[in-house]
Amino acid sequence: MTDQALLSARSLSKHYGNRIGCTDISFDLWPGEVLAVVGESGSGKTTLLNCLSTRLLPTSGVVSYRMRDGAFRDLYRMSEAERRFLMRTDWGFVHQNPADGLRMTVSAGANVGERLMALGERHYGNIRASATDWLGRVEIAHDRVDDEPRAFSGGMRQRLQIARNLVTGPRLVFMDEPTGGLDVSVQARLLDLLRGLVQEMELAAIVVTHDLAVARLLSHRIMVMKEGRAVESGLTDRVLDDPQAPYTQLLVSSILQV
Amino acid sequence: MSATAEHIARYNFAYLDEQTKRMIRRAILKAISIPGYQVPFASREMPMPYGWGTGGVQVTASIIGPDDVLKVIDQGADDTTNAVSIRAFFQTVADVATTTETGKATIIQTRHRIPEESLTAGQVLVYQVPIPEPLRFLEPRETETRKMHALEEYGLMHVKLYEDIARHGHIATTYAYPVKVEGRYVMDPSPTPKFDNPKMHMSPALQLFGAGREKRIYAVPPFTRVESLDFEDHPFQVQTFEEPCALCGGTGTYLDEVVLDDRGGRMFVCSDTDYCEKRQASASALLGEEDAR
Repeated sequence: MTDQALLSARSLSKHYGNRIGCTDISFDLWPGEVLAVVGESGSGKTTLLNCLSTRLLPTSGVVSYRMRDGAFRDLYRMSEAERRFLMRTDWGFVHQNPADGLRMTVSAGANVGERLMALGERHYGNIRASATDWLGRVEIAHDRVDDEPRAFSGGMRQRLQIARNLVTGPRLVFMDEPTGGLDVSVQARLLDLLRGLVQEMELAAIVVTHDLAVARLLSHRIMVMKEGRAVESGLTDRVLDDPQAPYTQLLVSSILQV
Repeated sequence: MSATAEHIARYNFAYLDEQTKRMIRRAILKAISIPGYQVPFASREMPMPYGWGTGGVQVTASIIGPDDVLKVIDQGADDTTNAVSIRAFFQTVADVATTTETGKATIIQTRHRIPEESLTAGQVLVYQVPIPEPLRFLEPRETETRKMHALEEYGLMHVKLYEDIARHGHIATTYAYPVKVEGRYVMDPSPTPKFDNPKMHMSPALQLFGAGREKRIYAVPPFTRVESLDFEDHPFQVQTFEEPCALCGGTGTYLDEVVLDDRGGRMFVCSDTDYCEKRQASASALLGEEDAR
């Protein structure tokens, strides 16, 4: 890790009329670091994630990102073309529902290859080779490369979505409940896969989840949100083992023990 | 004044009123200035159903003058319903000369073909376009496709070609094959066979495209680069035919399959009737000369 932040948010707020989406959020994310944002539903996690990933215009506040050339740029002062270019090269976005992040009517290979083609790759053989390679890395059999995601199970779709996002070697991935709706054994394998990829590719990630176990497994740092505010943040193990804020204490004590 | 002349006097020249023609001409000028860009225009209700060339007819009506010579083709043929009706329409409302000969026409309105005979400077080719947006079947949102054109994000177009190769082993798109105009806008050449794509490249004629239902006009000015999209290892190729035309014996033309009976009998003939008839006429003239000798 370097001493320069990859992404930083300052006093980020999003209001929906009089209602608060999230308010006064500030933090830094370092290269290779995984930050989990936890909290109950309606606490503003997804609003925050969308504001950070330029999918939703914040009401106030600044989000800056360290570009590949080292310049630290305010995301909302960049042109839309630059932001969209960033989205499909240096960033990834993993949706909770894979259908939102995949093209369900084109083959798995084309889903993975789309970003490469968007970057100007014009050699079919090379695109297909990268797609097959990435399917292998997310444990999807090679002979499924021409199948549509519609023919895939939920877990496979989610892994395909991850492959589609990582094929351009991004430095930052946003994940919105990546394991939501999957059964526990599939969840465990997906988490294992994500952990491996994050480490191997030195990915920074912001993971939104309501599942504290997912946060514990994936993240280095954690931010707890309630009613649009960050009530506590710190190293994951510290926050989960020694919660300070009353709400965090409630959250941690609510985990079901099997 | 004859009864017909009194009758047509109730119409403005070329059916549309002058303000509408000016509006459409402004759209055409803008389209010519930005080759391949789809210019929205206030498409009018025409006395024909959508899908029968309402866009092409409006473009033709806006550019036609009393001295123009009009040719109308439908899939290459001068004698099919759509071609005959539109030709008759302009004879009635604009009283212009019409022809079936490609070389003599100043305006050629076409449904889904480009004539085999090379076009020349000063000619205008008007295409009837059903769906002007090449990205439509990949991205249903108009707001999004507009943004993709604006930001030149055309990766998705190649996704379609990738799918073709993955499924069929080659690029199986045979018509409405996407092209890039002057290195900038990706454009749908209307459902012409990809056989005709190379004819659009550096054509001396002006090419105008009108989509009535979708309310868009776009253009390829003369001598503009028009390149068909492809992959390095799967380059663009046009259709080829094994046999020559059964009527004129021509090779290197686009052929239609004609079913002759219900026992599998069929023949392949030029889809461009004018080109085919001319070749037949010159062949029989040649034969006549030989007989005379």
